[in-house]
Amino acid sequence: MAEPIADKLIPTVIADELHIVYRVNGAKTGKGSATAALSRILRRGEERGVRKVHAVRGVSFTSYRGEAIGLIGSNGSGKSTLLRAIAGLLPAESGSVYTDGQPSLLGVNAALMNDLTGERNVILGGLAMGMTREQIKERYQEIVDFSGINEKGDFITLPMRTYSSGMAARLRFSIAAAKDHDVLMIDEALATGDRKFQKRSEERIRELRKEAGTVFLVSHNNKSIRDTCNRVLWLERGELRMDGPTEEVLKEYEKFTGK
Amino acid sequence: MSETTHDGTVAVSAAASPDEGLTAAQLAAKYGLSVSGARPSLVEYVRQLWERRHFILAFSRAKLTAQYSQAKLGQLWQVATPLLNAAVYFFIFGVILNASRGMSKEVYIPFLVTGVFVFTFTQSSVMAGVRAISGNLGLVRALHFPRASLPVSFALQQLQQLLASMLVLFAVTIGFGSYPDLSWALILPVLALQFLFNTGLALIMARAGAHTPDLAQLMPFVMRTWMYASGVMFSIPIMLKDKPDWIATVLQWNPAAIYMDLMRFALIDGYGTENLPDHVWAAAGGWAVLVAVGGFVYFWKAEERYGRG
Repeated sequence: MAEPIADKLIPTVIADELHIVYRVNGAKTGKGSATAALSRILRRGEERGVRKVHAVRGVSFTSYRGEAIGLIGSNGSGKSTLLRAIAGLLPAESGSVYTDGQPSLLGVNAALMNDLTGERNVILGGLAMGMTREQIKERYQEIVDFSGINEKGDFITLPMRTYSSGMAARLRFSIAAAKDHDVLMIDEALATGDRKFQKRSEERIRELRKEAGTVFLVSHNNKSIRDTCNRVLWLERGELRMDGPTEEVLKEYEKFTGK
Repeated sequence: MSETTHDGTVAVSAAASPDEGLTAAQLAAKYGLSVSGARPSLVEYVRQLWERRHFILAFSRAKLTAQYSQAKLGQLWQVATPLLNAAVYFFIFGVILNASRGMSKEVYIPFLVTGVFVFTFTQSSVMAGVRAISGNLGLVRALHFPRASLPVSFALQQLQQLLASMLVLFAVTIGFGSYPDLSWALILPVLALQFLFNTGLALIMARAGAHTPDLAQLMPFVMRTWMYASGVMFSIPIMLKDKPDWIATVLQWNPAAIYMDLMRFALIDGYGTENLPDHVWAAAGGWAVLVAVGGFVYFWKAEERYGRG
């Protein structure tokens, strides 16, 4: 890496005037009938039948090693979209994101299959995140213990569709958190699971932070943001409304939401 | 509590120290940060894909298992589905339409079953390819991996499905009097070449389907036309005896017909070289390499764009 001028301030993610635009097929008129679709195709003009959603508008910030950053804002304000853009999963319309290594979104659930046993899902999820078979074998027991799935019997050998929603969420978080990430992004994962599990996951987040990574956390739970984050970005309508220490931003945010 | 606040203040206020005045790009360059989600070079891409080989294999096997996990007969359907398929085609083309045209029953039934299985392998690879990206957007938007893993994994799933069907095929072939001999060894190169060809096709369809999801609706018709034009249930030279020669030649040179004919030649005793076009192995290899390499490069060219809403 670069010369250690100030060893506390090594940037991990730099977003520069970032804009993200979604394109949605066949939502232009809101009419779903066959004739409406046909007339859309026949009508001339650029990108027929495609509607654009401007989800993130010109966001700039720099995050540093060891920070835990909370992302807050009302529903649909672009928080999850911003995370995906940082992870390089959504292409930027304009502006750019620079990252140190490969940021990972705690989104391993997309790779898991409900019809498979928890056991096979641990392996599949680990491989999907880019772990090697040996690493998974090494961490396997750790993952199962952390999830607490086996506390109520041998559930890990049952298909995931038989799990309660809380159990499934716990297993997903455990798989995702098993890997050491340079930059880890968590999207509302802590809302699920019982109090005991939430405590454990918050502890794991602090641990990941200590391992010199950066953690991003999207949550609507101001308490879990207070407990884990030292800096907060507040997004509203795709724009960065405020960026600062947790307490300051949350105070303004709570005023805004009328709490 | 106080500690976290303290941390935060330091991090935010000290941001104004030595790096003040640098633009985002300069700052990124200084600390060796790279643009998120940029497309890797072709060589680097191949390396990344190779690193993910365990994921590709595990994903294809998981899909295969998940497919029948709710059925009472479970994995037995992997063999039962192709068997039923072959029975239906035999009933329609062998019994009702009598498409055998002079082939003895001992040749025609294995001929038909081989054709159905081999063509289904290509057909299902194409259909899975179309939906490889568009049907897995959740995965594409959540995790980082070379996107080619998905179409390759789906093609691999179809290969494993075919290997199960091959057991049925062997039973049928032996049942109608063609016993295993040295020519059965040709099955391996044929399968390998067809798998390469299918993977290339799946990659091409995956990129096309990611951009135009409507292809999933259109492809069944294209595939059915292709199937009837490739001589799955009839012999092309015999059926087109009275037509100009070039029609039969063109149809016989299409890759689906070539892989089918080679497999029949390998398995069935009464199906000799007279049924194969000239330079058949060169054609089989050429199609495989052309489509596999072309498809891979074509897919890689759009790597950074997959997953856009």
